[in-house]
Amino acid sequence: MESTVLNKTDDRIIQIESPLLSIDRLSVSYGGNKFSITDVSAGIQKNKITAIMGPSGCGKSTLLRAINRMHELYPETHHKGSISLGGEDIYKINPIELRRKIGMVFQRPNPFPTMSIYDNVIAAYILNGIKLKRSEKDEIVERSLREVGLWDETKDALHKKGTFLSGGQQQRLCIARALAYTPEVILLDEPTSALDPIATAKIEDLLVKLKKDYTIILVTHNMGQAARISDHSMFMYLGELVEYGRTKNMFTTPKDERTEAYLTGKFG
Amino acid sequence: MNTTNSISNQKLKWRVFNDKLFSIVMMTLAFISAVPLLSILYQLVKKGYKQVRLSFFIEVAPDTMQAMMAKANHEIIPGGIANGIVGTLIIVGMASLIAIPLGLLTGVYLSESSKGKMANIVRFVVDMLQGVPSIVLGVIAYIWVVKPLTSGFSALAGSVALSIMMLPSIIRSTEETLKMIPPTLKEAALSLGVPYYKTILKVLLPTGMSGISTGIILGISRIAGETAPLMLTALGSSAINLDITQPSSAIPLLVWEFYNDPNLVNLIWGASLVLLLIIFLLNIVAKTISKKWKVQY
Amino acid sequence: MKSERLFQYFLKLGGVIILIVAIGIAATLIVGSIPTFKEFGLNFIFSSDWNPTEGRESYGALPFIIGTIATSILALALTFPFAFSIALFLGEYFKKGRMSSILKSMIDLLAGIPSVVYGLWGFYTIKPIVVELGLNAQGFGIFTSAFVLAIMIIPYASSISAEVINMVPSQLKEAAYSLGATRFEVVKNVIIPNAGSGIFAGFILAFGRAIGETMAVTMLIGNSNKIPSNLFDLGNTMASLIANQFGEAEGLKYTSLVAMGLLLFVITGILNLIGKMVMRKFTA
Repeated sequence: MESTVLNKTDDRIIQIESPLLSIDRLSVSYGGNKFSITDVSAGIQKNKITAIMGPSGCGKSTLLRAINRMHELYPETHHKGSISLGGEDIYKINPIELRRKIGMVFQRPNPFPTMSIYDNVIAAYILNGIKLKRSEKDEIVERSLREVGLWDETKDALHKKGTFLSGGQQQRLCIARALAYTPEVILLDEPTSALDPIATAKIEDLLVKLKKDYTIILVTHNMGQAARISDHSMFMYLGELVEYGRTKNMFTTPKDERTEAYLTGKFG
Repeated sequence: MNTTNSISNQKLKWRVFNDKLFSIVMMTLAFISAVPLLSILYQLVKKGYKQVRLSFFIEVAPDTMQAMMAKANHEIIPGGIANGIVGTLIIVGMASLIAIPLGLLTGVYLSESSKGKMANIVRFVVDMLQGVPSIVLGVIAYIWVVKPLTSGFSALAGSVALSIMMLPSIIRSTEETLKMIPPTLKEAALSLGVPYYKTILKVLLPTGMSGISTGIILGISRIAGETAPLMLTALGSSAINLDITQPSSAIPLLVWEFYNDPNLVNLIWGASLVLLLIIFLLNIVAKTISKKWKVQY
Repeated sequence: MKSERLFQYFLKLGGVIILIVAIGIAATLIVGSIPTFKEFGLNFIFSSDWNPTEGRESYGALPFIIGTIATSILALALTFPFAFSIALFLGEYFKKGRMSSILKSMIDLLAGIPSVVYGLWGFYTIKPIVVELGLNAQGFGIFTSAFVLAIMIIPYASSISAEVINMVPSQLKEAAYSLGATRFEVVKNVIIPNAGSGIFAGFILAFGRAIGETMAVTMLIGNSNKIPSNLFDLGNTMASLIANQFGEAEGLKYTSLVAMGLLLFVITGILNLIGKMVMRKFTA
């Protein structure tokens, strides 16, 4: 089944044995006949960090958003091809349920300004109308904040609004918010682009720690970041998946000249 | 595991149902607001269109006796609303003459001194003026003009009331339009050695022309249908009156008079229809200007 | 350089005139109502006796204050579901496109209809329905006026709310969607909490409009100078009383009507300020 998903003839695309997530000939359009990504096929391996790189406008965010169907928020979008999670077609699952399995972290930290830190962590439960006991909530909040290393910094201010936190802390709070809902996959859309180098380093360490429990897909246009923390890397250009391989191999011996041009700073 | 799954499935369906239900209810409620609008338009057109002939525009309103005779003879009530049309033109025109220069001046002042204590106080006052009920402005114009100046009800008093009413929207639209103009434009003019006042008159105001005139026309359309302040000031008149120190009619005043006179009551529809058409026309003109004349920066 | 200065002063002149006009309005109303407050003191506000009979003259504004507040609050309650739906429609569900431009021009048309025409519609269309339904024998009263007022203030309440709803950052909405919320849940948990104060401001401004509205109310409320006993009873509002009685008023009656104008000015002024201040805070 999985073997048909991947294009075996092309050695620029690595083959992942029994991927958690497989993308099969996916094309996404934001309206009309113009496609933001075309014919992307790839398998994503469980408990690894997969980075998606490429110059702005290459479609990397579109690919990411197609994975939890966030692209459907724009009414004109349509797609061809399919994505499956653990063998199940995600376009046949209700997006509400799908997003429970696939969490997301955004470019700018976006904690809910009307909610306390505590409520932000369990926001998914509040939003989805899931009633929890006080003790369950306390446990989820503590576990999630500990996971992102924010517990010690916030345990005395849990019922204050999250807006007084620094940018880096806010972003870790947003990661905690995604983790609290126990997803299998976490999508991160340039999560450190609005942060300073120290906060960035903390988030990178955190992601490496998290991969033993979660499968992480990270969009970044920071090549250094992809090199430092990812196991696999995709390079996208003009809506096309140009190359996909082990990060180490791709950075040392890129197989496509466009990848090489990008990695050596000729464009981007 | 299976039971929890089916429960969550049920819950999911319930949530999706709720979501759909909410959007349907919301859309229905939103479009129900069209019902009164259509009902009003239908009523005016159906009952009023027959009255709107040429004579309706060139003849003054009939008196009760004329109308009673016509009714007794099963004829159409004679006369029109010429006195109202002329009165509205004079009162609204004069109100604009007062409000436009003052509004422009204040609008430019506010946009040019974005900070400063005085400007902030003026802004605050303009906000407050915007909320003053029109009937209160009628009382004010009565005390300021009717009693001391024209020693009696007058078109001028009506204009004063309406001019205060249209000031805030002119000031606000002028200020906001001018603030949108990029400062580089002003700097470019100043760097060419153009004096400050000429920069404003010849560069800023013409650039903001479309926004400012839209604000003015909307201001006019807002006051054209006002009745209450005119009852206290212009009072009404059965003849065409060009003397601004004398009582004058206006279309909305005529609607009110017709409404209160059982012999003339049939004329309310034609008069309202004309009034509404004038206001809608002004709105369309304002929209067209803001679209067609839009300056791209 | 000198002409430069002069021009600056000239511009400032506009602001000064506006200030003079505003202070003039307040001063005129205050001075004009002094005789009334001298004669009746605070009883003017708390007495419910409005009696112009010579020798037993007594002017109390309470029935009109209550009438005004009752009609306006009822109008606000009636307008809320519609105005809020329109605001959500334009600010969140359909920001662009044909449907939204149709709805927008509808709102513009509603805003353009003069008060006196709304009064006619209320008299000839709504009043018979109220009689038919048996809500009130003559069809006039608080409810009939409030119903028409509710439609008149839809544009004010909905346009500001729509703007505010539109301003809720899309990243917050996306965050909620990514956690699996439905659109309704996003409205309930993200849009309303974040835009709430702005929506509140919009409705406060609309409330101020309803309080000052004159013609339509005059034609529909029944002009009874007693405190209304229920929402379908006849009544009168401050604005409507001024419109009805100012023309022939003299002496204490005249100054009492000016005092009524002062009350209206103060109430709508305060409401307007609250609304604008909340809005400023929101946009800042």
